[in-house]
Amino acid sequence: MVSMDTTPEEWVRYTPRERLQRFVIFLATALAIVWALTSINVIWAWVFDAPQQMGDLFGRMVPPDVSNLPKILWVLVETVNIATIATAIAVFVSLPVAYIAAQNTTPNAFTLWLGRFILVSSRSVNTIIWALLFVAIFGPGIVAGIVAIMFRSIGFIGKLLGEAIEEIDKRPVEALEATGASRFKVIVYAIVPQVMPTFWAVAILRWDINLRESTVLGLVGAGGIGLILQSAIDTFNWQEAATVLLSILVLVVLGEIVSAWMRKRII
Amino acid sequence: MSTTPAHTAKGLPDTWRRPPMIANPLLRYGLLLAVAVYIGWALWILPIDWARVSQGFARAARIFSGAFPPSFERSGLLISGFLESLKIAILATVGGVLLSIPIAFMAAKNLAPRPVYLVGRALIIIARSFHPVIVAIIFVKAVGFGPFAGVLTLIVYSIGFVAKMLAERIEEIDWGQVEAMRSVGAGYFPTLVYAVFPQIMPRQIGLSIYQLDSNLRASAVVGIVGAGGIGSTLANAFGRYDYDFALAITIVIVAVILLSEAVSGQIRKRIW
Amino acid sequence: MLKISQLVKRYGNGAPVLKGLDLEVPGDSVVAIIGASGAGKSTLLRCINRLVEPSSGTIELNGLMLTDLKGAGLRAARRRIGMIFQGFNLVDRLTVMENVQSGRLGYLPTWRAVMRRYPKEDIRRAYELMERVGIAHYANKRADELSGGERQRVGVVRALMQEPEILLADEPTASLDPKTSEQIMELLRALSREFSLPVLINIHNVAEAKLYTDRIVGMRYGRIIFDAAPAALDQAAMDEIYAGVPAEERGEMGNVTPLRAKNA
Repeated sequence: MVSMDTTPEEWVRYTPRERLQRFVIFLATALAIVWALTSINVIWAWVFDAPQQMGDLFGRMVPPDVSNLPKILWVLVETVNIATIATAIAVFVSLPVAYIAAQNTTPNAFTLWLGRFILVSSRSVNTIIWALLFVAIFGPGIVAGIVAIMFRSIGFIGKLLGEAIEEIDKRPVEALEATGASRFKVIVYAIVPQVMPTFWAVAILRWDINLRESTVLGLVGAGGIGLILQSAIDTFNWQEAATVLLSILVLVVLGEIVSAWMRKRII
Repeated sequence: MSTTPAHTAKGLPDTWRRPPMIANPLLRYGLLLAVAVYIGWALWILPIDWARVSQGFARAARIFSGAFPPSFERSGLLISGFLESLKIAILATVGGVLLSIPIAFMAAKNLAPRPVYLVGRALIIIARSFHPVIVAIIFVKAVGFGPFAGVLTLIVYSIGFVAKMLAERIEEIDWGQVEAMRSVGAGYFPTLVYAVFPQIMPRQIGLSIYQLDSNLRASAVVGIVGAGGIGSTLANAFGRYDYDFALAITIVIVAVILLSEAVSGQIRKRIW
Repeated sequence: MLKISQLVKRYGNGAPVLKGLDLEVPGDSVVAIIGASGAGKSTLLRCINRLVEPSSGTIELNGLMLTDLKGAGLRAARRRIGMIFQGFNLVDRLTVMENVQSGRLGYLPTWRAVMRRYPKEDIRRAYELMERVGIAHYANKRADELSGGERQRVGVVRALMQEPEILLADEPTASLDPKTSEQIMELLRALSREFSLPVLINIHNVAEAKLYTDRIVGMRYGRIIFDAAPAALDQAAMDEIYAGVPAEERGEMGNVTPLRAKNA
């Protein structure tokens, strides 16, 4: 507090306590960075060499080799199909999961925890790790990819849908219960219509994400464009790799445009 | 299926159809048919080796019986893998956030001249479009196996998210404050420091913490293609059919992700 | 005939909200329940159709003991009790017709409800009722496109679709402007006559209660302390029902000007 009879000549932005707090946070951040820098297992000569290596690599990529383009485009279509089919299945499977994982619709405490467990385990394991597992189970190929994307998507869609169910306006639910409607009819008439916009938004968003994810499945053997990229890189065919990379870029940007358009149309 | 309601004696209809979402019936049924055809076609052309798939359950049983109980015997390897992931995440976040700031200013429509804006946007689109695993295999080829490739990968990954969000925040700033600074005769950089930075700082700190969290997640993944960290440990365990060790690693990854999500959520809640 | 005796409702371990309440509503009268916020009006109404579970006491509707029911029996009984809400409680994203037909959900087979294949007689009845309250031309509109008064009319039709034996209205006009609110009260009174339907209305606006109802029940702290014809509601009775409520907040409650300002 400043008393009025002594006009202060100094002004500081933060109180000493705030400054101490900021200093501690700052110091901790700095220490973390120093620790990481000094102990990371890196050959520094390679680091200083990196810009030249990168330039060299990109140099070998031009001009992109388009002789294999028809094959690449076909596999790209396959990649889109993987993403679409997996998203479609995941959307259906996640509906009951969202239902039991939402506090206000779940039948009992056991189902609530079961729902939450499914969501957490699905969400915390990355698509690629799921793909590793399913390639080991189903063998290399598209099935492993579809199942991997599906498993990861269930958690994502289920979580967002479950939250949407928890946030619905409860008053129509009360009104329909008052008419003597059964639980199922109340869900169909009072809960489903309220969750529909979120449902579409989440499905489209996840499809957009899955398009990206499906481009890398091939790197662990789970089908799609990644397979071609991997083989081009393994054979040092950098010009073809460049074509694949460019086509992935186009695919992802197109996917984003399509999903933005669908979002506007449907919602 | 009549769309014009039949009228009763009193002149009131006794049929009712919910108005369809797409009014034009041709378009409506055409769309439905197109979706059905697409799904059928997509399923048809997928090259699926059913014989191999049908062995899946037997294999799954073998893998899971091999995975239980999870083995924490080589916990030294596990911990060092994790510490490496953490280091990769920290360095990538610092590098990514620092690089994101100039790129975000380039990609903000209200501050940057048009050619600069286009370059900024293009950088962000490229960084966002490629999955970190693709970026990782390229860096692994360019700078060799190990954590350095991981750091570079996640820097690109961070730019894709942080620069995009920050650019959007910059585009939303209260322009009045900028005009106020200019009206007192402040130059370009003082204007930035006094009128723009204070408006974007809270978002920037929140984004950095969020990005550290998501870099930690991603570092577990890019390791699978050789970019260091716990992912490399996991890929090795899988490659050697050490399913019990792989399960142990996965459990620890999940636990750490949940923990870091909770911590970063708490910190962000305090700041905002 | 609705007969409530010794009704008690207590949430958790707190003091009871309803303290052994007795009330009889015979025939087709329109009954207003007035009282300060927290007097237990809303809880009383929700105990009747068991949206709120009574702690003890009995509620009987035309010979059926409502307080004994559970499961399917309770749902069947709820069909006979129509309810109108302060916030209309419509499903915003459904059409007016679907909202209206949702009053039939207790009767419809599930597949009809899901497929929106409503029976002909239900649709005819819906149009009749909608025309009666003046919203028939909105059948295909989404509920959120309507104005407040129109939405409350949809709520009224939904309740009437149940073919109820009693209508409960929980502050049906509190979200409406004065003119619309009078129209809705007028409508409720007219419908009560037309269908010889008893109507129980929770209401804040005492002037409206006096104007549109046949009987006024005054509640205070979970007890009924006034029960008589509107004409008998004088200043003294008002003061007792609303004792402790500052005079300024009572301004909207009636055309009776308080003689002395009572401050809590």
